[in-house]
Amino acid sequence: MDIGNVDYTTKIPNNVGLADDRRVLKALEGWHPGYIDWWMDMGPEGFQDALVYLRTAVSVDPKGWAKFDYVRMPEYRWGILLAPQDENRKVPFGQHYGEKAWQEVPGEYRAMLRRLVVIQGDTEPASVEQQRHLGKTAPSLYDMRNLFQVNVEEGRHLWAMVYLLQKYFGRDGREEADELLRRRSGSADSPRMLGAFNEATPDWLSFFMFTFFTDRDGKMQLESLAQSGFDPLSRTCRFMLTEEAHHMFVGETGIGRTIQRTCEAMKAAGIEDPTDIARIRALGVIDLPTVQKKLNLHYSLSLDLFGSEVSTNAANAFNAGIKGRFQETKIEDDHRLTGSTYPVLKLVDGEIRRVDEPALTALNMRLRDDYTYDCAMGVERWNKVIEKTGVQFKLELPHVAFHRQIGEFKDVNATPKGVLLDDEAWAKHRDEYLPSKSDGDFIAELMQPEMEAGKFAGWIAPPKVGIDNKPGDFEYVKIAA
Amino acid sequence: MDATTSTAPKKQHLIDPEICIRCNTCEETCPVDAITHDENNYVVDAEKCNFCLDCISPCPTGSIDNWRIVTKSYSLEEQFSWAELPVQEQIALGAAIEGGDGEAADDEAARLIAEAHLGVGGKSVAPASAGKPRINLFNRAAPAIATVTGNFRLTHDAADNDVRHIILDFGGTVFPVLEGQSIGIIAPGTDKDGKPHNIRLYSIASPRDGEKPNANNLALTVKREPGGVCSNYICDLRKGDTVQVTGPFGATFLKPDDPAANIIMICTGTGSAPFRGFTERRRRAMRDAPGRMMLFFGARRPEELPYFGPLQKVPEGLLRKHFAYSRVPGEPKTYVQDKMRQAADEVALFLGSDKTHVYLCGLKGMESGVDEAFADICRSAGIDWQQLRADMRAQGRYHVETY
Repeated sequence: MDIGNVDYTTKIPNNVGLADDRRVLKALEGWHPGYIDWWMDMGPEGFQDALVYLRTAVSVDPKGWAKFDYVRMPEYRWGILLAPQDENRKVPFGQHYGEKAWQEVPGEYRAMLRRLVVIQGDTEPASVEQQRHLGKTAPSLYDMRNLFQVNVEEGRHLWAMVYLLQKYFGRDGREEADELLRRRSGSADSPRMLGAFNEATPDWLSFFMFTFFTDRDGKMQLESLAQSGFDPLSRTCRFMLTEEAHHMFVGETGIGRTIQRTCEAMKAAGIEDPTDIARIRALGVIDLPTVQKKLNLHYSLSLDLFGSEVSTNAANAFNAGIKGRFQETKIEDDHRLTGSTYPVLKLVDGEIRRVDEPALTALNMRLRDDYTYDCAMGVERWNKVIEKTGVQFKLELPHVAFHRQIGEFKDVNATPKGVLLDDEAWAKHRDEYLPSKSDGDFIAELMQPEMEAGKFAGWIAPPKVGIDNKPGDFEYVKIAA
Repeated sequence: MDATTSTAPKKQHLIDPEICIRCNTCEETCPVDAITHDENNYVVDAEKCNFCLDCISPCPTGSIDNWRIVTKSYSLEEQFSWAELPVQEQIALGAAIEGGDGEAADDEAARLIAEAHLGVGGKSVAPASAGKPRINLFNRAAPAIATVTGNFRLTHDAADNDVRHIILDFGGTVFPVLEGQSIGIIAPGTDKDGKPHNIRLYSIASPRDGEKPNANNLALTVKREPGGVCSNYICDLRKGDTVQVTGPFGATFLKPDDPAANIIMICTGTGSAPFRGFTERRRRAMRDAPGRMMLFFGARRPEELPYFGPLQKVPEGLLRKHFAYSRVPGEPKTYVQDKMRQAADEVALFLGSDKTHVYLCGLKGMESGVDEAFADICRSAGIDWQQLRADMRAQGRYHVETY
């Protein structure tokens, strides 16, 4: 069959030949109603009947995977889409380096693989749950459409992981797939598996920060799983990455447009001092120091997602050929890491120091460094936006020791500059570093919806280019449909 | 010709550094490794880019969709250093432009055509026997001027839709076209932001030798869209008015010239335009062609079906006609896919021949229904539609132009 094209003859669009795989098709069809129930209960609240201008993949071929049309979200064609198979692909790292990539799960790595798939899978519905109330306060139909695109694609990513569970992990996999629909973000009884995915996403600034920082963790995790010697996982992740790019885009341009509007409003009002918060807020825009505090919060929460800096689990997954490094195939080394070291930031005798650790156990640290670099480049592009308006202010990433719940620095209080404070000093200064209750209240007050086509809430600038090259007044969501 | 030494203006593909988020999707997608990056920017190597447009649709930002006509290509180093795109340099009007083998060298038109062809689900390929199209002879900077010699309402007076048959005469200007190609029309004036109006593309509804044989003219089928700047401009044109025309555009959605080719044409509304050209060409140039033609044409009511009267006069031997009406009072709603299912045996017979070409033209909404109908028909006939469609596409026998 033609792997590029999607089979729509089964209920579940796919390019994995489901029509000929009765067992998996039946399992997925059995899971489908529960998924739709979950989507209706926990998906975007209040807009399930709206017609949304969404892109749907009709093929994983570059020309076919972004087909735009109006769709009601519950009718979105969630499908199983894998990047095309390369028959000659080899395991690109670890002790099996150079062996032919696996099309089935190697027995000895079954538990490890299943856990990785479940953790990745758990984040996908979690973010939909976190973002379900945001539609009501969308600053424009354009932004609302972007939110819903992110939501349906997170839903599809859940499908992608559930397919792997159903296809390759038998009964355990089926049970895990059901559990993915049972856990709830922020629930006291059955929370999602990772911390950042149980935090609230109360406003659009949080949403943009989340898509920039937390979805970027997702990108890094997918990048390293896309290297996997288990070929179906690699192919799944490669196609997911193409979609994940849209989520990065929503975050980066969302913050970019927010600060653009702030700077323009400041200039128009003749305010030069970016810390003149009361006057700037009176303009109905979000002051840059508050944007910095939001950034501090979301960056630090996202760093926790990389786990402990030094980790034998990470070493085992690499050794086994299951989870590689960011752009593994472009790195020039032995791809086994048996003798090399990697510098890790650690807390030594009450000081933050760089210590050489075996490169194998430092893989989480390495991926986190790649992540930080990626984030820093994005922050620099935001700074260019500010610079162009003439406002004197620079956003920056806080120190990696700042506000951590996991890893080396979880028991200390570090400032965004990396200075260690005692508990008392931290309590005194906390609200200078992280959003305070009053910051949250101010932002919440600002979140007034703008639902007229072509119009934007006063705190955010319109985008430079429309989605799918549509004109500025395009009706991205037909609410009263 | 050596691209580095040629002084003819050429099209260059560029990425807007102010909009790009450096997600690497384009670099990952490019089949010829023409896209690369440094710490600052993602850039396109003009020496390698072959205008396949594979990178355009996966880009999440739209930054990828930028083009300049240049006399000397911007080097990678120049592009790495940019904080924003350079403005379009002034090029002498009327210069012939080299621009890969795409559908159009004009970025506005190329984008519109790429969008219209998305439904084909892969790279569009021209029929092997199609004539060689000329593209982009006229552009916004140097448009052709045509004179309106006719403007007739095609839909019934009682119909809700105002669809018009427009005839444009090119006088002494050479404007060679093939059936299936489009032209661009620029409405005069500016939009509310003071920018010139976007170009709109319209399929040519007449054969290559003119609306009237051997006249230097062509016909368009234009529906008046509420609030549509260009369609209202065209529908209000009067005999003797002049119009700025760009193009011709389109290098794949073309009629096969092989007389043995069978052609299945499926359309709604003004999507009938190219098929009028196809049919008329066959009628004029190859009356005894062994190949068969079949038309599935959908409209709300007979009164709203463009060319309803003239079509009745086309003999069934030349063209098998199936009309589907979705809004006739007292009758069940019928769509083109329903008519296709009714004619399943005949369609399956056509599909069994490697001389058969399929064309879809009309609203995007028709695509999935038609595709499902093909899949159903094939299943009953023991044909794998997925595979067949992919094969037909690769052989230039499956074409989609929808909007």
